[in-house]
Amino acid sequence: MDLNQYLEVFIEESKEHLQTCSEQLLELEKHPQDIGIVNEIFRSAHTLKGMSATMGYEDLANLTHKMENILDEIRNEKIQLSSEIFDVIFLAVDDLEAMVMSIAEGGNGKRDVSEVVAKLEMIENGESLLSVGIAEVAAAVEMPISESIAKSVYDEFELTVLQQSKEQGFESYEIKVSLREDCLLKGARVFMVFEVLEKLGEVIKSAPSVDKLEEEQFDQSFCVTVVTKVSVEALQKKVMKVSEVDEVIVSKLDLSELRVAINEEVHKLTTNKEDQESKNEPTVPSASSKDEKMNHPSSKQHNKTIRVNIDRLDVLMNLFEELVIDRGRLEQISKELENTELDETVERMSRVTGDLQNIILNMRMVPVETVFNRFPKMVRTLTRDLHKKVALEIYGAETELDRTVIDEIGDPIVHLLRNALDHGIEMPEVRKANGKPEEGTVMLKAYHSGNHVFIELKDDGAGINREKVLKKAIANQVITEQLAATLTDKQVNELIFASGFSTADQISDVSGRGVGLDVVKSKIEALGGVVSIDSVEGKGSDFLIQLPLTLSIISVMLVEIQQEKYAIPLSSIIETAIINKTDIMNGHNQQVIDFRGKVLPLLFLKDIFEVPETIDEDEYYSVIIVRKGDKMAGLVVDSFIGQQEIVLKSLGNYLSSAFAISGATILGDGQVALIIDCNALIK
Amino acid sequence: MEEIVTSETVKVIVFQIKDKEYVIPVSKVRGIEKIMHITRVPRSLPFVKGVINLRGVITPIIDLRARFEIEKAEYDDRTRIIIVTLDNMEAGLIVDSANDVLDIPESSIEPQPEVIGNVAMEYISGVAKVEKRLLTLLNLDQILNQNEIHDSAVKEA
Repeated sequence: MDLNQYLEVFIEESKEHLQTCSEQLLELEKHPQDIGIVNEIFRSAHTLKGMSATMGYEDLANLTHKMENILDEIRNEKIQLSSEIFDVIFLAVDDLEAMVMSIAEGGNGKRDVSEVVAKLEMIENGESLLSVGIAEVAAAVEMPISESIAKSVYDEFELTVLQQSKEQGFESYEIKVSLREDCLLKGARVFMVFEVLEKLGEVIKSAPSVDKLEEEQFDQSFCVTVVTKVSVEALQKKVMKVSEVDEVIVSKLDLSELRVAINEEVHKLTTNKEDQESKNEPTVPSASSKDEKMNHPSSKQHNKTIRVNIDRLDVLMNLFEELVIDRGRLEQISKELENTELDETVERMSRVTGDLQNIILNMRMVPVETVFNRFPKMVRTLTRDLHKKVALEIYGAETELDRTVIDEIGDPIVHLLRNALDHGIEMPEVRKANGKPEEGTVMLKAYHSGNHVFIELKDDGAGINREKVLKKAIANQVITEQLAATLTDKQVNELIFASGFSTADQISDVSGRGVGLDVVKSKIEALGGVVSIDSVEGKGSDFLIQLPLTLSIISVMLVEIQQEKYAIPLSSIIETAIINKTDIMNGHNQQVIDFRGKVLPLLFLKDIFEVPETIDEDEYYSVIIVRKGDKMAGLVVDSFIGQQEIVLKSLGNYLSSAFAISGATILGDGQVALIIDCNALIK
Repeated sequence: MEEIVTSETVKVIVFQIKDKEYVIPVSKVRGIEKIMHITRVPRSLPFVKGVINLRGVITPIIDLRARFEIEKAEYDDRTRIIIVTLDNMEAGLIVDSANDVLDIPESSIEPQPEVIGNVAMEYISGVAKVEKRLLTLLNLDQILNQNEIHDSAVKEA
């Protein structure tokens, strides 16, 4: 069997299941009594085990199996949850993640997991000596689904079908098929059983549902309801012929009894105000009804979404960008020709492509959740390593950002988060002494505002110590002593982003790796974003990251320098001005102007970019005032063309290091205009 | 050019710079374009003429005359841009003209002679003599050498 075609699905689903495991484990740690959560984790682990065994990743399957055993014991309250057990399970999940990643990267998913396995076994044996005899019983009720096998429940529709078949002389049977315990390809056996039954009659219902059976989400046995004219014995014999079937129990269905049952069930459900879906698939044990509810949103989502390879979306985007450029050209042509019909058509096309642009951009939007969801576990591990107590609160995880931004933003946030945990939040004793709760809080919040997305990271830790920062900055020659005295608190705070600065007294392996927050800053700026910090000593720090919604289409000001056209991102422009040559003052090696009471250095782009001169200057300069943080500068150009939405393109590998150029774009006439990187121009 | 050593003939694109004929294997060529508007990239190396819009992709352009340090010539109707690809990177090479596709026998390719004229040796991977024509095989790796670009960027910084 060629499994490669399933590999992608396998990897995606494994990641999802592992994510569920980590999330639910964290949840469980908060509510250790909630068996519903254990069931949830168990289900994910079980599915993962089944999938990896089918795909032939034995290490993965083995480890999951071991983990599953522990979970089972926990569920049956044979093991008391302790933080050691959590640590081991988290360790196991980490290993599983590493294996899945290795598979995703083309590896074989093999990994030395003996240590974790040994620990898992220790936990298992430590308490389970008593339970050897009961283990098999436990296995029989391994999954909540298997409990519902005992008696399938039918809804109104199914009952009607059964009733009508009976009237036409068909008999209804409920067949319980048990597979051998060592059965490997359960899904395949299920398929074979179904094939046999479908030849003999019609399958009305199965418990668990067919989907679940196909995914091997059942234990050893499942239940099928069929209508057929074949006798009980014949049914039994035929099904037994399928290999690896252990036992087949055929029982005739009594419709009148079922009627009563369904009425009761419906009654119970309506009083419980359960939603429509659980009526179709009623669950027997009340304990699992909570799980069902939790499952619903995800199962609904599955119906509404399809997986699309991200490369295809990129291709779509590229094609669309070409279309936008051609549209620009068409508009130009139709203006010149002044043909009403052509005008109308082009106009309509413009509208349609406008809508298309929105849809395509939206398609590339991904909730920041994909970045945030790895943080809870990370914070947990870190706080243990650091012996601190920290609660992470996440808000606005559903906020959407362009995929290109999402891909890049993870590392900077991790860096800030580690920083907050390591340097921000104090040790519990210190916090207590300072009259704060022992447990520190780190809040991570994402939200939209205007054309930007904001990500805020706030901690209630020690905040920034002005003196300490200044001392460090002077020691590391980031600033001079004279300058230090003149800095405002805000400017002092900004210093921690300066390169060559690191406030940690010792280099810890959590956040100090020799690289400071300047890496965070440059990364965010490379994304067209801004990061700022607000801090009150003793109260905590607040980092605010501002990011553009999308990186692929941005607003720019097109300018002309001699005969060359350049684009300046609107996000860095404060305003434009026309100044008289006589207003220019000569400072030290620098021409400056007085702009609203401030001294503003002038940068002559013509000189910086070595533009060949063909046009004589007039007595006025067109100046674009741009900023980087609090610093401003005036860029001198020859003329403004206007504001435009452009498609951002990379200059490619060959020219990636071009000076002060962040990319290029294609204008309506098909020519390339370069985009100026203002951050590189202002020192 | 190593990968075609096993085959008996190599299909190449022939182009002219000044009075010499050079060749690049067809497998490395994405297309040949007429000269079009080139956007200058400031402060790049002298032989990097700029970038063009090649059907929506920003493609860097290298002037081979400048690369080989041969005197400049005005671009005219015969000037072509040969789009080549190397390690997932595309670039255009400006040449005086390009008008021929040849199959040259593997056996006719010889290592570069010690003296071949004014083209710096490192850009040449061999010569072939076909029907009294002397064809010079170019070493694309060297022509598109990235390190040189980075070195200059470091100097600027």
